[in-house]
Amino acid sequence: MESTEAQLEAQHHIAALRAESTAQRPTEAELMARPKVIEVDHLDFSFGARQVLFDINLDVRAGEIMVIMGGSGSGKTTLLRHLVGLMPPQPGKVKLLDKDMGSLKPNQLMDLKRKIGVAFQFGALFSSMTVAENVKLPLRELTNLEEKTMDIMANLKLEVVNLSGFGDLMPSALSGGMVKRASIARAIVMDPKLLFLDEPSSGLDPVVSSALDDLILKLREAMDISVVVVSHDIDSAFKIADRITVLDQGHILASARVEEIRSSTNERVQNLLNRRSVEAEVDPAEYLRRLTGD
Amino acid sequence: MNAAIRGFEGIGRRSAGFFDQVGYGSALFAASIYWLLIGWRRRQPVRIRMIFHEMQQIGVAALPIATLLSGTIGLMLAIQSLYSLGLFGAEAYAYIGIALSVAREFSPLIMAILVAGRSGSAIAARLATMTINQEVDALQVMGINPVRYLVTPVVVALALMLPCLAMWANLVSELTAGLYVSASLNSSLGAFVNDSLTVLKTGDIWHGIGKATLFGVLIALVAAVNGSSVSGGAEGVGRVTTWSVVQSICMIVVADMLFAYIATR
Repeated sequence: MESTEAQLEAQHHIAALRAESTAQRPTEAELMARPKVIEVDHLDFSFGARQVLFDINLDVRAGEIMVIMGGSGSGKTTLLRHLVGLMPPQPGKVKLLDKDMGSLKPNQLMDLKRKIGVAFQFGALFSSMTVAENVKLPLRELTNLEEKTMDIMANLKLEVVNLSGFGDLMPSALSGGMVKRASIARAIVMDPKLLFLDEPSSGLDPVVSSALDDLILKLREAMDISVVVVSHDIDSAFKIADRITVLDQGHILASARVEEIRSSTNERVQNLLNRRSVEAEVDPAEYLRRLTGD
Repeated sequence: MNAAIRGFEGIGRRSAGFFDQVGYGSALFAASIYWLLIGWRRRQPVRIRMIFHEMQQIGVAALPIATLLSGTIGLMLAIQSLYSLGLFGAEAYAYIGIALSVAREFSPLIMAILVAGRSGSAIAARLATMTINQEVDALQVMGINPVRYLVTPVVVALALMLPCLAMWANLVSELTAGLYVSASLNSSLGAFVNDSLTVLKTGDIWHGIGKATLFGVLIALVAAVNGSSVSGGAEGVGRVTTWSVVQSICMIVVADMLFAYIATR
């Protein structure tokens, strides 16, 4: 009975995924009418004496694809780690699905994490398990499903990401793009409400990267999930995002719809979009202090 | 003057680091026990399958080398006992020293050193590699507690398998020592075994089992602490693996002394 239900549900997802993506970007009004699924309020973060995030305020709406962009060292991965609960907010507030992560008890936090899926930059697949075992891991550890049901669900998720037939391979036998897709399959196996993707297109050729963008768009449509993508790939961001947040040296420079970001008059945003390097402003006293450690 | 200050600063930093690790290890142990006992109520039970897998890797797969080592230790003890007791013409009493030292000291100690080198290093390397590859982060964001999934099975498996290996080492060492002694003294193996059993008390066997259990837990915690505090990529993995073995052996020897002192008071 369980197996049949899982099969039917997943076949519905696959049918939706195989259809051409026809969704238009929602208008500003449509987007703002939706409930917030992620809220970040006045988030600061420091590694020792070095502040990495400064007063971050951000929200993500239901069914939205939000791309967080920025150069290397801009703080986007640190922000992502806060969003997925790997770092506690200190100070500031991060709310996922209306739950303040800072005030949850450990077991409540664990329950909340079952509703999110995360695909890491390098996949973070377990090297000692096959691809199918990797995808089945959350089901095996967090549910009481029968082995047969788990097999069906894992195979269907692998089919969703075009990896059917690769389940018996070890992660080391996969290409970079396949590792990313396998990682996404594992992230969506519990049918999460929120999906976080860390640099999904890094290290991929343009064709594979574009296919991954299509997959993200179709996943959003088929599974009706909100997606947060951390990326420095501008083309990819413009293709998939409903809104883009631009981070620079730990500050949010802009957070707006794609067209507004494209036409932004902010010099640093334009520098990032046009891939122009900028000399970082260095405070000589601060630089000396960091060198000497005083 | 500056060198002296730096020296003291170094000592202070290392001492703080040591206590930091001891605290972290204690927290890991408490968390392991918590997940073992309460995990099923939190819908995150410790999987018996994973414990058996670790037991197979740590214990069953180590049987050949454990047999070879304990057999050699038994022979070595027999040779030394016959030589030293021969100085007083008391070779016939060699079984006393052999039986007691094997059961109370050599079997748990040698097996612990073997497992620290063989399995402790592997566990530390595995955890370190998983930490660097973000596999531990992946577990956390899936809502799977890494201590429950990665550490508890290892702690339980080591606490169960090291006493088993020590018991096996008792048998093999006694056998090889008995063969050597009986051949040297023109007596029978049966007589050696019988004499040994008259000397050995149940308490002596429990002494060895208790030590082996303690050593097993120590090896698991030292490996977990080192593996999860890795930094610096592949070089870091090598460093924590080496450290894990060195620290495990040091802690085993110190714990052995403390255990013997407390248990014989």
